[in-house]
Amino acid sequence: MSEVFATDVAIVGAGPVGLFSVFELGLLDMKCHLIDILSKPGGQCAELYPEKPIYDVPGYPVINGQELVDNLMKQAHPFGPTFHLGEMVERLETLGTAERPLFRVHTDAGKAIEAKVVIVAAGGGSFMPKKPPIPGLDAFENTSVFYSVRKMDHFRGRRVVIVGGGDSALDWALNLHPIASRITLIHRRAAFRAAPHSVNAMHALVESGQLDFVLGQVTSVKGEGGQLAALVVRKESGETVDLPCDDMLPFFGLTMKLGPIGEWGLNLHENLIPTDTARFETSTPGIFAVGDINTYPGKLKLILCGFHEAALAAQKAHHYVYPDKKLVFQYTTSSTNLQRKLGVS
Amino acid sequence: MTKITFIDATGEPRTVDGQDGSTVMETALRNSIPGIEAECGGACACATCHVYVSDEWTEKVGSPSQMEEDMLDFAFEVRPSSRLSCQIKVSPELDGLVVTTPAKQG
Ligand SMILES: Cc1cc2nc3c(=O)[nH]c(=O)nc-3n(C[C@H](O)[C@H](O)[C@H](O)COP(=O)(O)OP(=O)(O)OC[C@H]3O[C@@H](n4cnc5c(N)ncnc54)[C@H](O)[C@@H]3O)c2cc1C
Ligand code: FES
Repeated sequence: MSEVFATDVAIVGAGPVGLFSVFELGLLDMKCHLIDILSKPGGQCAELYPEKPIYDVPGYPVINGQELVDNLMKQAHPFGPTFHLGEMVERLETLGTAERPLFRVHTDAGKAIEAKVVIVAAGGGSFMPKKPPIPGLDAFENTSVFYSVRKMDHFRGRRVVIVGGGDSALDWALNLHPIASRITLIHRRAAFRAAPHSVNAMHALVESGQLDFVLGQVTSVKGEGGQLAALVVRKESGETVDLPCDDMLPFFGLTMKLGPIGEWGLNLHENLIPTDTARFETSTPGIFAVGDINTYPGKLKLILCGFHEAALAAQKAHHYVYPDKKLVFQYTTSSTNLQRKLGVS
Repeated sequence: MTKITFIDATGEPRTVDGQDGSTVMETALRNSIPGIEAECGGACACATCHVYVSDEWTEKVGSPSQMEEDMLDFAFEVRPSSRLSCQIKVSPELDGLVVTTPAKQG
């Protein structure tokens, strides 16, 4: 049985535009739930360029990706959004009518979020793990090859090979080391782009013989019936060896793929969702698309454009959530009503 | 104009004009070269613009910076000749440059 939540607005994607939508919807008394496959909010800004400076966010001559996300989180805070992180929205069910829409958003963690409005702020799509182009690898996926760790206990007593040199690879090598029977870390070079303390901890385990490190790259895999038997590894010396193992965890970073959104019955144009430019509503009444995922004549994939879209979409969303209430336009500077909502008056 | 040849994973070459000052990645996108995705738009943040520089050019093109070397960890089948094409600036010295795109970027 799935866990069901009820809210005013379900926001698919917690990137900068999804986060700012919480603010704009909150000013108009709408409560939100956000769902993102990433384990942290911030979308591209947090995942792809947390430390890079952005120069075109109005009012900030320069701000880096993570700072912007932190500020957006602060700005959304008074409205108490609920986050469902590390979860993929798989299905979107339409329950209501065009005048009184009602939707149910289903996540891969078995949750269902029932909302009167859905805002798709899915950017370039879900962040998904990059899969190495090793022939036949997909036959082992989720039985012997894993791109994320959902249940640590699966690895108990197993010979686990972790491939990669970033934080995910090192964190899991260290976390699974007490559980697995043997951990081997394979990386293409001796340097790691991970937190220095994890790199040091890994080196210490290698030195004391508790963890194996192999300098090389996996070229093919052996096994059958979904169970790996060995990896074929080309070592830096050029020599090729078989490395017996039960499980493999490749960590090559993330890439954005449209994912399940393509199956929600929305009109799509080259993997983007066309909207109007007054409300940013999709072909389905009650479903809006804002930020990088939408398209309309003149669209620019800029954060500031997404913010503008979120503000306008919120106006129409109000109409669905409060069909009998009239909206009065107000400024945050001067409206005591808005200031009360923001907790500043 | 600087001529750049992209050979795809099946061995098919495509020669195009690169604008000096732009990057090899931008040259690829502008000319609809398949096999370069450049998801991050040249920020050295995605490793989906990976290319192999042909042997006779590796020295002229030079080696990757520390940041690029780190990012190459997220590319597949990395070789000594691997570079991220958004980090290679087109210049007259590179006229005739030949790079090969890998079978898979991301
Ligand atoms: C390197 C780089 C530099 C940039 N520089 C600038 C700049 O200087 N100025 C500027 O304005 N813009 C810049 N951009 C673009 C900017 O980052 C994007 O416009 C912005 O992130 C779009 O925000 P968004 O909220 O629409 O989507 P995103 O940031 O893409 O977030 C979407 C989120 O939705 C999630 N998601 C999607 N589908 C699902 C699903 N089915 N289930 C669960 N979660 C899902 C994704 O995991 C993702 O976290 C840059 C982009 C990059 C990559
Ligand atoms: S385009 Fe992303 S790293 Fe080159």
